[in-house]
Amino acid sequence: MKNNISPLSKALLVIAALLLVVSAFVPIWQIDLQAPQYPEGLTLKIYSDKLGGNVEIINGLNHYIGMKTLHADNFIEFTILKYIIFFYAAFALVAALLGKKKVLYTLLIMFILFGIIAMVDFWRWEYNYGHDLDPNAAIIVPGMAYQPPLIGFKQLLNFGAYSVPDIGGWFFIGSGLLMLIASIKEFKFSKS
Amino acid sequence: MKNNFLTIAVGSLLIASALQSCKPSNTSNAVTGNAAQKTYVAPGKYDEVYNFVSGGFSGQMSVYGLPSGRLFRVIPVFSVDPEKGWGYSEETKPMLNTSNGFVPWDDLHHVQLSKTNGDADGRWVFGNANNTPRIARIDLKTFKTVEIIELPNSAGNHSSPFLTENTEYVVAGTRFSVPPDNANGDVPINTYKQNFKGYISFVSVGKEDGKMDIAFQLECPGVNFDLSRAGKGASHGWFFFSCYNTEQANTLLEVNASKNDKDFIMAVNWKKAEEYIKAGKGKKTPAKYIHNTFNESTQTASSEMKNEVTVLNVRDFPDICYMMPCPKSPHGCDVDPTGEYIVGSGKLAALIPVFSFTKMLKAIENKAFDGSFDGVPVIKYEEALYGEVKKPGLGPLHTEFDANGNAYTSFFVSSEVVKWNIKDLKVLDRVPTFYSVGHLCVVEGDSKNPTGKYLIAYNKITKDRYLPTGPELCQSAQLYDISGDKMELLLDFPTIGEPHYAQAILADKIMKNSLKIYKIDDNKNPYVTKGESESKVVRDGNKVHVYMTCIRSHFAPDNIEGIKMGDEVYFHITNLEQDWDVPHGFAVKGAANAELLIMPGETQTLKWVPNKVGIIPIYCTDFCSALHQEMQGYVRVSPSGSNVPLIWSVGTNLPKE
Repeated sequence: MKNNISPLSKALLVIAALLLVVSAFVPIWQIDLQAPQYPEGLTLKIYSDKLGGNVEIINGLNHYIGMKTLHADNFIEFTILKYIIFFYAAFALVAALLGKKKVLYTLLIMFILFGIIAMVDFWRWEYNYGHDLDPNAAIIVPGMAYQPPLIGFKQLLNFGAYSVPDIGGWFFIGSGLLMLIASIKEFKFSKS
Repeated sequence: MKNNFLTIAVGSLLIASALQSCKPSNTSNAVTGNAAQKTYVAPGKYDEVYNFVSGGFSGQMSVYGLPSGRLFRVIPVFSVDPEKGWGYSEETKPMLNTSNGFVPWDDLHHVQLSKTNGDADGRWVFGNANNTPRIARIDLKTFKTVEIIELPNSAGNHSSPFLTENTEYVVAGTRFSVPPDNANGDVPINTYKQNFKGYISFVSVGKEDGKMDIAFQLECPGVNFDLSRAGKGASHGWFFFSCYNTEQANTLLEVNASKNDKDFIMAVNWKKAEEYIKAGKGKKTPAKYIHNTFNESTQTASSEMKNEVTVLNVRDFPDICYMMPCPKSPHGCDVDPTGEYIVGSGKLAALIPVFSFTKMLKAIENKAFDGSFDGVPVIKYEEALYGEVKKPGLGPLHTEFDANGNAYTSFFVSSEVVKWNIKDLKVLDRVPTFYSVGHLCVVEGDSKNPTGKYLIAYNKITKDRYLPTGPELCQSAQLYDISGDKMELLLDFPTIGEPHYAQAILADKIMKNSLKIYKIDDNKNPYVTKGESESKVVRDGNKVHVYMTCIRSHFAPDNIEGIKMGDEVYFHITNLEQDWDVPHGFAVKGAANAELLIMPGETQTLKWVPNKVGIIPIYCTDFCSALHQEMQGYVRVSPSGSNVPLIWSVGTNLPKE
């Protein structure tokens, strides 16, 4: 009995799994760009398997500063990310089904690790795009790189870039929080 | 004696100064305190209303915002427009074809917005060509002229392009009666009565696609048809045309066509005519006229010659047309929002007759006729008359309506707008115009539901209203606030060409549908280049086709060699941009042609016949980006028979050491 988790924790895990499944189909992250000429703003939407929003327009603008064009095909992430998310959704369901604390803790740790790796990967990705510039670009500002912020706001020449989780990202975070709440609850319960 | 002299001198001075102060007040005190506030649209804010204004002898249609009076766009319709390549690009040239060949100019007098259930629906706006008779349809998603149909048997398409309440038909009535096209026209001019006919065309409009087709024409007595309006509500199914020159004069019309005390408003039962056509009573008659359509998918216009039109001679079908006597050469014949009242405006009259549709029907039923005019029954004046507006002013021209049962009539001669009540025919208010107003327009004021906040007067004379610009002065519009009991002058704004009729519509009905870009994937132009890698130059005899792309900030190719004297070069330029408001322009040094303005996702073609050996620059004319001035290239022209190979490139033809 001590090794088993409560029905409430199970329910939380099922919800976490559902949130994950949904997050695989909606945009996970978004980078909003604003400039005087773009009062309506430009948006780059990152899904689990593709890029959305004003990709072509952003690519067109980035050629001035010699940034590589963005193509979903160039990212291995887009072919595997969805399945990783599904894996975690399945994992959460299995954890709910088995109802073992150890499985729950393993899930939480692995999920946090995945989150960290994903963010590191995203940062690396932004770094490469922001720094690997064509030396023959029309606009070269010495010392200027165009790495968008990992999260938050940054001014890049005439563009203000605002990087935040999109709906899928919030679901993803929410899912992690539910796992965390379940784990804390079980951990406390076992101690008392 | 001396004292007397002084008295007289001082007395005359006093009288003179008193007379001076009696001079009529001018504009400065015609404008009230908060007019500026009412017309101020702050930077970055939108106007409430689109105003589509005929360009008169410019042949174009202009688009203004109200209440600011700011000009947004001049839509090229019947006249070439080198600025936009209209009539110069290969894609648009066919739009100006007529049975007389390519006609580069016309005179656009009237506009009308498409209607659904008697209200402006914001889908299309129509314009008439007054010289070479045509009707144009402009798509309000793109603000582009997409169709022009020519009208046979007509001369001076003036009473057009007025529409029925669901845009079933757009009509055209000839201003000049002439011998029909398939009759022998080589007759003495003074045989008007025998040989000249007045044709009215009913042009059907496709419910979904707006495609125009001449459904039938009515052969009517020879007169001048001036303006027209469809019935609405109760009078849907009828059309009303004002006629002048019922004297059938062929010379010095200012005298000879002003003799009759009354001319006519001709009521046409078009539903009845439709029945006759359906029953096969129409006579298929040979006629040559051209129908031009702009295919929005291929972005290319084409012309089709038509050879036949179906005609009903109204003499043979006496229950289609009826004449209602109307004083003194009527211009406007306007139908109120309920459809019951028809307002005639005799250009030389000092009263406004208002006809009742119900009474007219009764008069027809009772055959209350006063003989006939050239075979068309003439209804007794009093039998169809609802009443007359007494002493409204001099020279009524045109009437529109508000939502509260009031009418507004323009007076050319007395230069004013007069507000009166339709029910009791009492004059309520009058305001001066500066000067000599022609048409006026109330926002959606010809519909079943006028919005009635603004009235715009379109003036013929501006004289001292603006800074002078030599003998040729601008014409102008004046904006009035009609939301209160008293009309209030708010603003003057100059217009392009000569404004005749105009229409205004609430901005919401149009702006939400306005297209931002053409999708490059949907571009079916046969000469499209859907990417730089597909750009190429192809020789076909002496014709050279350049498949060129443009994107900020270069053309591909931008170096072309191997063009020879005697070649005809076709630059097919595709704008690869897919972003809002990034057109590119294209121009060739010395080309006996215009520029191109190519919208994102669009393909346009410029024909160029080189006339000199040498290096010819090409460049982008529309400041597209920070590197716009770098957006240029060269074409090498060699003598005919030269063996310079045809080569093209972008970015690879590096300097030779």
